[in-house]
Amino acid sequence: MGWSLFMQHLVNAISLGFVFGLVAVGYALVYGVVKLVNFAHGDVFMMGAYMMFYASVLFGFPWLAAVIFGIALTALLGVGIEKVAYRPLRKYPRINSLVSSIGMSFLLQNFAVVVFGGIQRSFPVPEMMKKTIILGEVRIQSVSIYTIIFSILVVLLLTFILQKTRIGLAMRILSTDFDTARLMGINVDRTISFTFALGSALAAVSAVFYALRYPQIFPFMGQYPGSRAFIAAVVGGIGSIKGALVGGFLLGMLTVLLPAAFPEYSGYREALIFALLVIVLVFKPNGLFGQEAGEKA
Amino acid sequence: MKRRTKVLLSLTLIIAIYVFVYFSELYMDPFIKRILNTGLIYAILGVSLNLINGFTGQFSLGHAGFMAIGAYASALLYMSPETKMSNFFMIPLISPLDRIQIPFFWAIIIGGLMAAGAGFIVGAPCLRVRGDYLAIVTYGFSEIIRSLFNNLQNITNGPLGLKGLPTYTNLWWTVSWTIITVIVIKRIVDSSYGRALKAIRDDEIAAENLGINLFKHKVLAFVVGSFFAGVAGGLLGSLLMTIDPNSFSILFTYQIIMIILLGGLGNITGSVVVGIGFAFLMEWLRFVEMPMNIFGIEIPGILGMRMLIFSILLMVTILFFRQGIFGKVEFSWEGVAKLFQKKKVKE
Repeated sequence: MGWSLFMQHLVNAISLGFVFGLVAVGYALVYGVVKLVNFAHGDVFMMGAYMMFYASVLFGFPWLAAVIFGIALTALLGVGIEKVAYRPLRKYPRINSLVSSIGMSFLLQNFAVVVFGGIQRSFPVPEMMKKTIILGEVRIQSVSIYTIIFSILVVLLLTFILQKTRIGLAMRILSTDFDTARLMGINVDRTISFTFALGSALAAVSAVFYALRYPQIFPFMGQYPGSRAFIAAVVGGIGSIKGALVGGFLLGMLTVLLPAAFPEYSGYREALIFALLVIVLVFKPNGLFGQEAGEKA
Repeated sequence: MKRRTKVLLSLTLIIAIYVFVYFSELYMDPFIKRILNTGLIYAILGVSLNLINGFTGQFSLGHAGFMAIGAYASALLYMSPETKMSNFFMIPLISPLDRIQIPFFWAIIIGGLMAAGAGFIVGAPCLRVRGDYLAIVTYGFSEIIRSLFNNLQNITNGPLGLKGLPTYTNLWWTVSWTIITVIVIKRIVDSSYGRALKAIRDDEIAAENLGINLFKHKVLAFVVGSFFAGVAGGLLGSLLMTIDPNSFSILFTYQIIMIILLGGLGNITGSVVVGIGFAFLMEWLRFVEMPMNIFGIEIPGILGMRMLIFSILLMVTILFFRQGIFGKVEFSWEGVAKLFQKKKVKE
């Protein structure tokens, strides 16, 4: 593999890593606050892509407006899912919510098949995203550059929300101690709703980047990035934002660079990625950046 | 009620079931028979997953993986060399497998044993990872299996799958295996092992303090559960006559989890009834996908409606019937006797 080819793959890997990373942050935020592995997150991602598609194609919104509209609706959807499917089960064993999230994922996928149809639809891609940038011998898709720039902005915004705002503070407190937080007068329900809104909005943002890269949307499109991001979140230490981003990068690199370097073994990529997941969990059950919580039950 | 009476009653029931099977094999509509076979396979899967998830409290998402192992291992053993030849036209099957053919029964047993071996490997890390994390590890395992089966073309024929499997599966096989599964797992659950498993489910630390060997018991649950999953996989392969790696995806595991949830976690009766009911429900729900004519209004059939209705039913169960349909009510001869006594009192 030549240098220029390597650079192309690297840029590709980084931008894909950001996409996985942002979805993974959604998993991490929710897990951090309510200790729930939200299996429906990948399908919220899919719903985000469809909302943007319909806003743009059916209602003729301008592209940027459609994206913002889609992000807002997806955030609302996330809040709604939490209200309906997770809140009533909060006082029961955690396994109930886990199963509920699996059921929710099933429901969203089948809903999409029935309402949106099973066929693939092409996501609208604006002209400026279609260009290819040529730097010497390196050819880079402009989407990759936009993805990297906007993802960094989103991460900065997220850090600001978590570190500098009152609601961010409330989220951080909830993630350490649920009962004490309630005693301190934190509105638990509202904070959890906000967490789901934030996580779902992040899923919608990454859905934009993902759909720009692979402009075919279909009801099961959330499964692949969803499971990738989920692995990223777990490998990074689920509940840790930094870990989720690092895990996303790792997965992006593996997904792009592995088949590029060893094309003959590219079929084993999935097995390798899942093996990585299992090995990390068995030898470092808290993930690479997870807090050393005593009990993981 | 005396133990002897109960055994006698159970034996009578089993004989009655076999009489039913004898007449069904002769006279039953082949379509209904096929659904019943599928339902019984679901029942085996449900009961075996219930041992892991319901009785031991180890939330496993790996059942489809165990099934895949059983289905492939047994299919490769009971298929005739000619069928194998016609299947593996891209890359030939590796050496000893392409010539051997053994009877269906032994092929199923070996398939089950292979799955049990995998169950041992998956069950072992249970000691380190718990709860959601175990669910993730087992999910990862079943995805690894699927990916390997897609790639090991000289053993599994890759994504093309195996086609033209001989149909050995009939009601005799499925009913017998369901009965074996129920008896074995019921015996385990009622033994001291079973009490230890339930103790682990209720409080792991307390169980360990009482001197229960966590490793031994968790692995036992996994090995037994995955053995029967492998058997069910073998039966299903021969029933459907075709298997491919992608049909054993996480969605299949979800369906089995739904069966045990609807039947009630840790309820064997529930798993069997819901397993059989599930197969019939899924067939019956097909009508919603057909064009309908209600009061003169033509409603075109909508694809996927069946699964949507099913997932709504599932969410309703998860949210409102947390104990499942059957809750803690198990089938027992005492229960039947009580039912009759009550009626007599009323009269």
